[in-house]
Amino acid sequence: MTSTALQAADVVVPASRDEAVAAFGDGSGVTVLGGGTILMPEINYGRLRPARVVLLQNAGLSGLRRNGSSLTIGAMTTVAELEQAPEPLATAARHVADHEVRAQATLGGNLCAPPGETPRGDLQAALIALGATVRSAGKDGEREEPVEDFVARGPNGRLVLEIELEAPQRAGYASARRPHAHAYTILAACTAETSTGVRVGITGAGPHGLRARSVEQALAGGASSAEAAQKVLDDGEPHDDALASAWYRQRLLPVIVRRALDHLEGGK
Amino acid sequence: MRVTVNGVQHDVHSPPLASLLYALREELDITSPKAGCQQGGCGACTVLVDGEPRRSCLLPLAALDGTSITTVEGLGAPDELSPMQAAFDEQYAAQCGFCTSGFVLAATALVDRNPNPSREDILEGLSGHVCRCTGYVKIVNAVEAAAKGDIHPEHVEPSFEPEEAEVLIPGSPA
Repeated sequence: MTSTALQAADVVVPASRDEAVAAFGDGSGVTVLGGGTILMPEINYGRLRPARVVLLQNAGLSGLRRNGSSLTIGAMTTVAELEQAPEPLATAARHVADHEVRAQATLGGNLCAPPGETPRGDLQAALIALGATVRSAGKDGEREEPVEDFVARGPNGRLVLEIELEAPQRAGYASARRPHAHAYTILAACTAETSTGVRVGITGAGPHGLRARSVEQALAGGASSAEAAQKVLDDGEPHDDALASAWYRQRLLPVIVRRALDHLEGGK
Repeated sequence: MRVTVNGVQHDVHSPPLASLLYALREELDITSPKAGCQQGGCGACTVLVDGEPRRSCLLPLAALDGTSITTVEGLGAPDELSPMQAAFDEQYAAQCGFCTSGFVLAATALVDRNPNPSREDILEGLSGHVCRCTGYVKIVNAVEAAAKGDIHPEHVEPSFEPEEAEVLIPGSPA
């Protein structure tokens, strides 16, 4: 089996949120290890040889906390725990990988998933639809920003601490999957309705999760779900990968978005 | 770094970012967890960590200080199989055997959390495990049998007593 030349790695295991923030510093030269489901394969195969690792498992960053009408979810909360979160996040979480991987993979890792040969970060569509904000630490201290901005910029130099969201009045989910050992999702669309309207998030139509603003605007202007869903082609950038061709994604994307809009349910 | 494996405490000296799989196989010589894909996709390296099924290839040793690991060697003994092991044996649920230890451990944990699983529950619960001999029907049968306690260890006692063999040499007079 693959040998691991890792003697040199300096592994820090912070015991609190403050220790984690201090150990991360400005993030330069630091590899953050959460659940390990994304980084351990890289380490096993020698593609990643980190010099300094911050291992977050004891940093007290996990769990769901109700805070008035909003919900705070720690970065180290596992995907399995998110199956108890508000929709459409719970359904998106149930569609990630398999029982063992969901028990180990974390919310923070999903937000920081690097764009790879196959789409990862399956929770991003749900978090974007829910209007979640990401609180992170780094060079200029802590900051909060919309999740779609965080995933667009990428995690460089930022340590994800927690997200905050409010449960919507109604939520919808639709996805296309391919039977495969890893059960990757080709495309997923999530919808969430609040008093301010419907928000739409998509994954699998670009290097990270995207907010489908054109669809939201069409809906606000009175378009039907089928008409609004067609607008998603202005938001997404369907690509080729091992799971599906750009040609296929281009045709599937409006269908998945329409299903997620028609699936809006729950609440009122 | 100290872990308990199948009830025995070990001081482990592999590097902190080496996987649990690496430490079990290369340092402790426990080879039932198989190094299949080493990226979390095949399930063959699955072990129980504090009773929960986990991919040992995805766990860095640094995350495991003080934990208790169970491999199939810790479930039963050759003359006293665990119910899940006995069911896999009786139902012919192992072909080449490479995926079997992962399946047996994940299925043991599945039946612990859901003592009366439907076939759909079993397929969903074990979806992270692949059998490239494609022997899934018999694997699911075995998990169902173990959950129902439908195990008859007394009738699978192969005898290895050599009997007087009749030797036939082609071409020689009968």
